[in-house]
Amino acid sequence: MDLSPILISMKTASATILITFCLGLLAANWVVKMKSEKAKMVIDGVLTLPLVLPPTVMGFFLLLIFGVKRPLGKFLLDFFSVKIVFSWTATVIAAVVISFPLMYRSARGAFEQVDQNYVMAGRTLGMSETKIFWRIIMPLALPGIASGGILSFARGLGEFGATAMIAGNIQNVTRTLPLAIYAEVAAGNMDKAMKYVIIVLVISFIAIVLMNYFTFRGQKYLRKGKSDELKG
Amino acid sequence: MKKFISVLLILSLVFSLGACSKPAEQEAPKEPEGTIMLAAAASLKNCMDEDLIPMFKNQYSKITVNATYDSSGKLQSQIEEGASIDVFMSAAMKQMNALDEKGMIAENSIVELLENKIVLIVPEGSDKGIEKFEDIVKAETIAIGDPESVPVGQYSKEALENLGLWEQVLPLSSLGTNVTEVLNWVAEGSADAGIVYATDAASKDNVKVVAEAPEGSVSKVIYPVGIVKNAANEEAAKLFVEFLQSDEAAEVFGKYGFTVNK
Repeated sequence: MDLSPILISMKTASATILITFCLGLLAANWVVKMKSEKAKMVIDGVLTLPLVLPPTVMGFFLLLIFGVKRPLGKFLLDFFSVKIVFSWTATVIAAVVISFPLMYRSARGAFEQVDQNYVMAGRTLGMSETKIFWRIIMPLALPGIASGGILSFARGLGEFGATAMIAGNIQNVTRTLPLAIYAEVAAGNMDKAMKYVIIVLVISFIAIVLMNYFTFRGQKYLRKGKSDELKG
Repeated sequence: MKKFISVLLILSLVFSLGACSKPAEQEAPKEPEGTIMLAAAASLKNCMDEDLIPMFKNQYSKITVNATYDSSGKLQSQIEEGASIDVFMSAAMKQMNALDEKGMIAENSIVELLENKIVLIVPEGSDKGIEKFEDIVKAETIAIGDPESVPVGQYSKEALENLGLWEQVLPLSSLGTNVTEVLNWVAEGSADAGIVYATDAASKDNVKVVAEAPEGSVSKVIYPVGIVKNAANEEAAKLFVEFLQSDEAAEVFGKYGFTVNK
């Protein structure tokens, strides 16, 4: 069996989660702090769109942006000799765009559930906003953020539609697990496809169990906090 | 009296004229008429529907040509199951031969009408210096059909293997699961070159055909046409097949990327 799709998928999913994690947190923090409710709704809509649109639509937009005949793609190619389409980078870009909303929404929910009393308490004690973020908000929101991260990792691992459009299906370069499965099924090689399917199943299942573990631990942590509070 | 005679003469002239035109009218019932059913490979749909069938209709106004398009294999089994089809045109000899062996094609009616060449295409405005088929290795990325599942991919692999380039090409190749995907990859410039059928290349604006697969490097893709045995309207079917072999039909086929096999 050709192992390269597994390696490529793991590499892509890992790079994706690093980028998605940071972008998702930044976006969530930005939206939560937004003053205008109307702007919040619109921005939230735009950021969530990739979750509900068919991945092929996102692939289409990405092609409009990065295609070598389009302004940005042409600019990158002419000035930096960087061709995004049909490169491994393209698999990461596709996966980031598709998995971003999961990270963003989870993080936003987690931030919004943080008890504002703790934040205010921090302020009365003269903590800087940065310190409040890292020492109060982040630890309290961590379970939600962690589960969001795992969800987007799994989603990045499974990305197919947009990837096929901008990254193609080059063996050892851009052929990820989902693409390998699709190609094998198209060729009628159900046995080969089955092996890849099992691998995807196992990885995704582990991810979900991990996510549940984090959520569970988070709840325990929060309950413990509350009971300490009562005792105090 | 003179007047009467001249009128008579004129009248007789008029009648004789009428008599002259009469035999022509009598021939009219002999003008072929009826309906024929054409079953053709899906790749023939556009050139049949948009050009050839209307052209045929102009010549033989009383013959109606109905057509159904599908993959050649499916059409083959429909004919085997007794679908009322008069003319069959498949995208490979295989299906035609299969029917012929079962005795379902009228004797001596099979014509190896068209050839669909395997061609190398590049995006329009490409500056990679890809000018002949062997130049495919100059491309950074190549789009070809997956040889495991796409017929044109099998031909691409066959041609490249015979030219000794397959090992070099495969690591650069994005394998499409259908021809449209391959075409679009090249049209968008995502891939620097690609291999498709000439007819596919002719259907897309933003790609340029640079070369045909070298003679002998790949098996010929022949589109045969044949008349189904016991066709409901064999006379009209014959006329249609003859028409498909005419020069004007050849011109249309050429426009759609086919090469007429002579």
